[in-house]
Amino acid sequence: MSVPALEVRDLSFEYPDGTPVLRSVDFHVHPGERVALLGPNGAGKTTLVLHLNAILQPGEGSVTVAGLPATDDNTHEIRRRTGLVFQDPDDQLFMPTVRQDVAFGPANFGVEGPELEHRVMDALEAVGMMEVADRPPHHLSLGQRRRVAVATVLAMRPEILVLDEPSSNLDPASRHELAHILQSLDITMFMVTHDLPYALELCERSLVMDEGRLVADGPTAEILGDRELMRAHRLELPYGFDPSLVQPH
Amino acid sequence: MKTAHVHALYVHGKSPVHDLEAHVKVAAMLLFVFAVVATPREAFWAFAVDAVLLAGAVRAARIPVRFLFGRLLVLIPFVLFAFLLPFLGGGARTEVLGLSLSIEGLWGAWTILAKATLGVTASIVMAATTEVPDILLGLDRLRVPRLITAIAGFMIRYLDVVLGEMHRMRVAMLSRGYDPRWIWQGRALATSAGSLFIRSYERGERVHQAMVARGYQGHMPVFNSGSAPVGSWARAMTVPSVAWVVTIVSLLT
Repeated sequence: MSVPALEVRDLSFEYPDGTPVLRSVDFHVHPGERVALLGPNGAGKTTLVLHLNAILQPGEGSVTVAGLPATDDNTHEIRRRTGLVFQDPDDQLFMPTVRQDVAFGPANFGVEGPELEHRVMDALEAVGMMEVADRPPHHLSLGQRRRVAVATVLAMRPEILVLDEPSSNLDPASRHELAHILQSLDITMFMVTHDLPYALELCERSLVMDEGRLVADGPTAEILGDRELMRAHRLELPYGFDPSLVQPH
Repeated sequence: MKTAHVHALYVHGKSPVHDLEAHVKVAAMLLFVFAVVATPREAFWAFAVDAVLLAGAVRAARIPVRFLFGRLLVLIPFVLFAFLLPFLGGGARTEVLGLSLSIEGLWGAWTILAKATLGVTASIVMAATTEVPDILLGLDRLRVPRLITAIAGFMIRYLDVVLGEMHRMRVAMLSRGYDPRWIWQGRALATSAGSLFIRSYERGERVHQAMVARGYQGHMPVFNSGSAPVGSWARAMTVPSVAWVVTIVSLLT
């Protein structure tokens, strides 16, 4: 068995006032897998994501990325290994130009000169955004900004790409373009989403989280087809959508 | 949604001035402004030469005159202040068209008008031919502390975002039939300003998280464009060099 790209063991976390957010969360993701994390608002999904990047430290339990435990000593390297794409591209893209924004991550890890330029162009090419390299991020459409946000972490050559609500607020065409790009990437992926058809389209496996606990883990089509499970955890398929009728990729 | 863009100062186009490296233009502009400031107020001819030099730069940069005058409107408060000085100034007075004016005040008004107009025009030439991100990179190259250029960069990056939020809050208020615009409705305005501040503060926290997530450890990386060829420096420095020669001659005579 290969070393898991991501291993979360018995992870618990509570707010300073004692409210538990994560309760003994336990799962792993193998290299090359694409996993969706589903669950209602307030389930603890974003809190879990912030642990994967060592922005939050576990109260109990552990997070390991490609064999490296997320301890204080390893924080910097963990952040390179886990490429985290935030929900709002206006939070993610803060530099004056797209080129500088994509270069920000690798530059923080000591990449410079021609290698840095090469990484930036590679990442922008992967998301089809080469032509906007010298434009300020706030002049791009939301769909373009989201794609550039993905490029900003691809440039760090992470072990795992973690996306928080990648399809939120996108128009159908941009949503489709982003799905196409994500499918074309040869990388392990962990995606938090409320967009259940998107999970089915992009991820062969899904986890369901509710009230800080993992309550289901299995093939996406089976989870979305389990009406009782879906109803119990406030997951709702779009009107008329039947996962059993969708052809697998 | 319409909000003011901060690149409104830029004139899209191609010209020898547009082609110059940003840091060269910033340095040339600063040197020119210093030369103007150092010119003695009595040296009318020196200001005339500076004005001709600038007119040449405006022409070389292919900046439309209409655009230039539009941007110069920023001077209006200073002009108004300058017009008041001869009336309010003390000391010896003189008669002009039957009005009693302070001589010192007249000199003060002339100095403000001449120096501010020349200085602002020089900065308009620089800003009209250099995109904002390039100006920031140029300041980096000129060794301006990274913290200052980073703060300026964030301000420019998020100005549109914050203006957009302000616009949405105003629309939300209007759509519920409330249009505060008078002083006694200040409470509503203060509340909006407060919640705008909190939203911006929260965004700041999220941006910081996004920076930390990509390995930020308290130091912004520096992305220097290549150094400028000697030819660029030579071309850009023509205007400030002549201005300094004029200033020195005017100081000596």
